Amino acid sequence: MKLSEAFKRRPLLIAYICAGDPSPESTPEIVELLARAGADVVELGLPHSDPIADGPVIQAAAQRAIEAGMNTNVYFEMASRIRADLPLVFMGYYNMIYQRGLDKFAGDCANSGITGLIVPDLPPEEAGPLREACEKAEVDLIYLVAPNTPAERIPIIAESSSGFLYLVARAGVTGTRSEVLLSTKALIERVKADLPKAVGFGISTPEQAAEVIRAGADAAIVGSACVDLISKGDLEGLENLIRGMKLAIREVKPIEAVARI
Amino acid sequence: MKITTTSNTRFGRYGGQFVPETLMQPLKELAEAYAHLKEDPQFMRELSGLLADYAGRPTPLYHARSLSRELSRKVYLKREDLVHGGAHKLNNVLGQGLVAKEMGKTRLIAETGAGQHGVAAAMVGANLGLETEVYMGEVDIERQKMNVYRMELLGAKVIPVKSGSRTLKDSINEALRDWAASYENTHYLMGTVAGAHPYPLMVRELQSVIGTEAREQILAAEGRLPDSVVACVGGGSNAMGIFSGFLADETKLIAVEAGGRGTSSDEKIADHGACLNLGEEGVLHGAMTKILQDPYGQILESYSVAAGLDYPGVGPELAHLAEIGRVTPAIADDETALEGFRRLSILEGIIPALESSHAVGYALRNPDALGDLAIINLSGRGDKDLTTVMEQERRRRR
Repeated sequence: MKLSEAFKRRPLLIAYICAGDPSPESTPEIVELLARAGADVVELGLPHSDPIADGPVIQAAAQRAIEAGMNTNVYFEMASRIRADLPLVFMGYYNMIYQRGLDKFAGDCANSGITGLIVPDLPPEEAGPLREACEKAEVDLIYLVAPNTPAERIPIIAESSSGFLYLVARAGVTGTRSEVLLSTKALIERVKADLPKAVGFGISTPEQAAEVIRAGADAAIVGSACVDLISKGDLEGLENLIRGMKLAIREVKPIEAVARI
Repeated sequence: MKITTTSNTRFGRYGGQFVPETLMQPLKELAEAYAHLKEDPQFMRELSGLLADYAGRPTPLYHARSLSRELSRKVYLKREDLVHGGAHKLNNVLGQGLVAKEMGKTRLIAETGAGQHGVAAAMVGANLGLETEVYMGEVDIERQKMNVYRMELLGAKVIPVKSGSRTLKDSINEALRDWAASYENTHYLMGTVAGAHPYPLMVRELQSVIGTEAREQILAAEGRLPDSVVACVGGGSNAMGIFSGFLADETKLIAVEAGGRGTSSDEKIADHGACLNLGEEGVLHGAMTKILQDPYGQILESYSVAAGLDYPGVGPELAHLAEIGRVTPAIADDETALEGFRRLSILEGIIPALESSHAVGYALRNPDALGDLAIINLSGRGDKDLTTVMEQERRRRR
């Protein structure tokens, strides 16, 4: 499923997991569990040795996954085995893409059912070559906007992005936080774009997810909270978390079925 | 409208800003502040004053007579080992410390491997009244207890890094993560010519005082330019510092990388730190450069007896200069470096840092590569390395 298709039924819940944690075999089942529990999109993280945008929870997961045998070949084989009917999005660092070759990587995404790419260490200034490769392979390249992104830069990022815009809820790295900041709400208002807005970094509870949707986001992204539960082997907790979050965001805003013609 | 790569962040194909969006604004603010301040006569006077009176510049260019005799050619040593703190690191740190202060920052963060850059950062933090926190890998803390204590004496806080390989590269990751959340009051004081723009440019310019002095000094002493300049390369700050004085000349610039235990690597660990010689193009810590990596793009751990050369990346400008043939990459392994360490101590009464010993050892084993007149950049003194060398000798005797 394409992202544009999925976003016809907003608000959405997007779940991030680290592919290959605890083992490469377990990931397809976890994705299917997420889909069952109500996730609308799954971000499948490719673990990197030096994840500079990630906090301790995802760092540790990446290390475990690499030790469990995760690599880019395994990643694509695994992605193509996932049977859940929802869009899969790649999330990972640029060097992993660069080493495989940009065209090959984008092509492998398209062939294994991955419909978009999020590359947290690739600002639009450096993304030209990958964007071309993604356009050729017809996969989306999703850019990030941060709370400190200046106003004049936002439209430039928004125009380069496709699929959706990833709004970073707060400065710093991924991880769970106790509250959704006022600055997050301000950011959602500040970003004027035709693309759907998904908010991530620091969202770990149904209340927080509901809050960002209430503030005008089209999707809430939950990452470290999922990874944390997976690391504890608590798949039941994971299913409950996703169910709870989905319920919370749908209470704020019933599905805008086939919104805006 | 489309953004295209702005060429002023690059050196040929290398460099750039491969960082999270959160760091784009801090990098922009830093680049602008630095570009402005380096044109400000009052700022430059203050920096020159500190370089002279606090750091002890200019450092001598010393004609090493016994070493020259041994190599049958004239060899000079640029004495960065005499800079306050015992290494060239302070040149950069003083400049960045002043920039931070001008930008209204109240806190410095730094990464350190062996502790030399961390100690320099702690000195400047104390001197300028800035709170200083230094990220240091748990493994390095264990290896360099004395430098940890020095930083603490100077009022800095040392934060142990427990992630990844728990060495220098992970300390840089942690510093970047900290900075992404703290940049409003914090300056990230990077110790080498690596990382995203403007760091490679700024650190090279702040270190270029080495090359400017050395060029004047050799012209005064010999009435001509040297045939070669030899410097060790980890990230490359001392090398770029001295090379920058001779880039427009004919002088051969030899970048000596750490050969460690050998040139092979296994799945996760390379036996060396020789990125210019054996690395491949890739992105590390925000820059496209030459790095040590596996076929999938995971960064390898590097290895060298000299902690300051134990880094799986290299400054992007060096990658560029090596590619266009302006800089000649070379390798000295642990053995060669230890020989340089001992020989210079005996010949000249100077104990060089293990990092600088790579340049000395290379010269000892490859005198013909130097021409008739050479300068070796003696980037630091070896007091910090005595335990390591004693340990190496003990191991050999077994």
